[in-house]
Amino acid sequence: MENILHIIPEIFIFCSALILLILGLFIKNIKLINNLAILSLLIAVALVINQPYQSIYLNSYVIDEFSSLFKIMIFIGSIVTLVMFVSSREDLHINLYEFPILILFSTLGMMVMVSANDLLAMFIGLELQSLSLYVLAALNRNSLLSSEAGIKYFILGALSSGLLLFGISYIYGFSGNANFNLIAVNYNSESLGLLIGIVFVLAGLAFKVSAVPFHMWTPDVYQGAPTPITAFFALAPKIAAMGLLVRFLFNSFGELYLDWQQIIFFISIASMMLAAFAAIAQTNIKRLMAYSSIGHIGYALIGVACVSSEGLRSLLIYLMIYLVMNISVFTVILSLKRNDAYFENISDLSGMYKNHPFTTILVALMMFSLAGIPPLAGFFGKFYIFVAALESNMVFLAVIGIIASVISAFYYLRIVKIMYFDEPKEKFDGVNIRSLQVLFYPSSFLVILFFIYPAPIIQLSEYAIKSFY
Amino acid sequence: MNELPILSILILLPIVGIFFMTLIRNNNDQSSNNLKHTALWISFLNFLISLYLLFSFNQQDADFQFEERYFWIEYGISYHLGVDGISILFIVLTTMLVPICILASYDSIKFSVKEYLIAFLALETFMIGVFCSLDLVLFYLFFEGGLIPMFLIIGIWGGERRVYSTFKFFLYTLAGSVFMLLAIIYIFITAGTTDVSYLLDYNFTRNEQIVLWLAFFASFMVKIPMWPFHTWLPDAHVEAPTAGSVILAGVLLKMAGYGFIRFSIGFFPEASELFAPLIFALSIVAIIVTSLIALVQEDMKKLIAYSSVAHMGFVTLGIFTFTVQGIEGSVIQMISHGIVSAALFLCVGVVYDRLHTREISRYGGLVSKMPMYAFTFMIFILASLGLPGTSGFVGEFLVLLSIFSINTYFAVFATTGVVLAATYSLWLYRRMIFGALIKDDLSEMLDLTRREIIIFVPLITLTIFIGIYPKPVIDIIEPSAKKIVSQVNGKLN
Repeated sequence: MENILHIIPEIFIFCSALILLILGLFIKNIKLINNLAILSLLIAVALVINQPYQSIYLNSYVIDEFSSLFKIMIFIGSIVTLVMFVSSREDLHINLYEFPILILFSTLGMMVMVSANDLLAMFIGLELQSLSLYVLAALNRNSLLSSEAGIKYFILGALSSGLLLFGISYIYGFSGNANFNLIAVNYNSESLGLLIGIVFVLAGLAFKVSAVPFHMWTPDVYQGAPTPITAFFALAPKIAAMGLLVRFLFNSFGELYLDWQQIIFFISIASMMLAAFAAIAQTNIKRLMAYSSIGHIGYALIGVACVSSEGLRSLLIYLMIYLVMNISVFTVILSLKRNDAYFENISDLSGMYKNHPFTTILVALMMFSLAGIPPLAGFFGKFYIFVAALESNMVFLAVIGIIASVISAFYYLRIVKIMYFDEPKEKFDGVNIRSLQVLFYPSSFLVILFFIYPAPIIQLSEYAIKSFY
Repeated sequence: MNELPILSILILLPIVGIFFMTLIRNNNDQSSNNLKHTALWISFLNFLISLYLLFSFNQQDADFQFEERYFWIEYGISYHLGVDGISILFIVLTTMLVPICILASYDSIKFSVKEYLIAFLALETFMIGVFCSLDLVLFYLFFEGGLIPMFLIIGIWGGERRVYSTFKFFLYTLAGSVFMLLAIIYIFITAGTTDVSYLLDYNFTRNEQIVLWLAFFASFMVKIPMWPFHTWLPDAHVEAPTAGSVILAGVLLKMAGYGFIRFSIGFFPEASELFAPLIFALSIVAIIVTSLIALVQEDMKKLIAYSSVAHMGFVTLGIFTFTVQGIEGSVIQMISHGIVSAALFLCVGVVYDRLHTREISRYGGLVSKMPMYAFTFMIFILASLGLPGTSGFVGEFLVLLSIFSINTYFAVFATTGVVLAATYSLWLYRRMIFGALIKDDLSEMLDLTRREIIIFVPLITLTIFIGIYPKPVIDIIEPSAKKIVSQVNGKLN
């Protein structure tokens, strides 16, 4: 029996979720519960930073630089969601104390995901994360759209979990091992079963990161779920699933990359191109952000497809920048509130700069950043992705990538156009909500001023991939 | 290295200005005047600093001067600034045009003054950055970053079809530039650095050169713009506010010309030599075709926009002769065009502010009501068609001289462009200024105001000064041009 203290952050999150669950029965102050959840996440950040790097429990659970960085990104995503919850819980009819607790459970699942080095640990993490998310998506019981989103996500998610499990059983059956490092030891090119297993597991994971052709749920769920939960969808689970994808592919099949590289290659291209075209016709900003996130995942997957240290580095840089940009954009979507009603149509942004000049210029710059226009942070994310692609001689991927980025610039520009060039409407009073400003300004300035000294982020991601290269 | 980081100051001063301007409230006429004055003085201060730069520049030295280099992103990509005899002139041109633009927008911008001025100062930062940077990534950052303020300037304060034009402008330029980005990344990977002064001595293989040259060409040919990718320019010019057109014609187009000189020939001489006939052919087609198109324009701004394309044709002709004269001629042509076309757009702005139309046929006989305006307009029209004694002549003459030494036929075709330029320019002038003043609303027209005179005086002075005595300018360009040519020849042999 190994020491249980190796996984102290996970245990801490688990215990605080349970304690808050009991507290919630007696204390009707939801805000307090929420703040305690934020506090426990902050403590967990400190615990993760101070954790020694090692692989434990018969090498089925790994704590290294990579998992720690991903955990911190996930914590940031969760904290942001909880802060968003404070300002919007009443108007969105999600004023339930289960919200912070479900977020904590989901976070716990994601922590297991990024540390898992074993098929079973991976599946447990994934399911804990997904089950919490199914409930979260349908949290607004009175809303038809939210229920639809929850059901849709549940059915498709269950299907993808089935695929994943099917793939896992194939891999286990043909290799006799569940540990990532041992799966491929006896691999030979004739063992078709293992290959089928990889394909099914990848299909399941592609669903979790919402890559084409497993993206169908994303726009509906993004639109239907209450906005803080949509933000959570965009911020945390995708990043966690990406971490899991990388560890699964690189630890178990790192040397056999020729077998799975073309799969990633294809879903990357398909995601970038589909998102670039499909987003053009969207009228709901949350749907648009759904397609935008599909596109961004496509770019991030270029980093995986490269199978090189530059590729992984660029993936991490990209995910960090993606996280910060999305925090900014979703806080803005949440502040589009007038007389206690939320606005989600892009046309509601019309002429916004007359009433909110400072907010609007920051939003516009976020849009330029999402489109990858220098000198904003989004450009550096794409820059490193393309560096990695060209270094691995993936010129085709890089060319598709830039073509998709020019096309997608169009729909980001369309938002800028509506905000600046169209006739103004009434003011949004949500723009002045303090708790949203606390998220919006720092994240926006981080994106805008990133170019001044990007070196720390790049060094950090180089440091984080040490356990792979 | 211990000197004052003067180039960084030039780049950062507008940003500091933006910071102060965000603190000023904009709620009445008084405060919007304060904003205008702040922006004007900041850009004027920047102009003075650039003059100091010009006078402390060592003309005998062909190397990069005032270099600054700091660690920025990672090994190989640094914050590296520096100027030589070519870029310094563009910097001074930029810092000179920006205060003029701000002054010209004093009355014509009626709403959102603060945002407008902030966009202009941000644009100034990006433009100066383009000409200073000695690192390809830094260059790309500034080159593309300038799209954001320009997109907003055309889109918010532009004319009726502003949305279409600004999208076209943005997407055309972006589509061209992303290929350059891939080329820059390729250079970074193969050469290990994006430092310009290192890359100028680096030898790419012939095949690499061809691909990379084409990628850079895709970006610059859209930006300069070259026939057949010039169609965004007339649209952007027509819809942009006057000052936007001035900056667009005056500086933004020159970025591409500068890029051709610094990167295309500097890094890829073999490919440049290979593709020179293509450039010549496209340039000559551009000169003749766009001149003919300019002849039939009904809109003043469109006419000047097409003439810009033709003038830029001379620039590319000169650059790809790989002769000292050709490059000097091109640079002078760009500087001259920067002054003259900027002034022509300002001239259009003057009458547009009064009558709110750019249709040529709505004017006529202005000379009797606006003598000073007629005089100013005449000088720039003549400079635009390259009359000896104006700056336009010097550049065109040097370019034609150099192209003549390469190929007589090209020279003959290019010269027809000069004749055509005279035709459309003079005809424009005749239709607007001369003739009888028969239209009623024209009789109320007032001559230039004091503010407008202040705008035009420095431009007229420079046009005539460079035309009569171009030696000081040539002295600045010559060492750098010679160095570029000798480098190219050294690599080719």
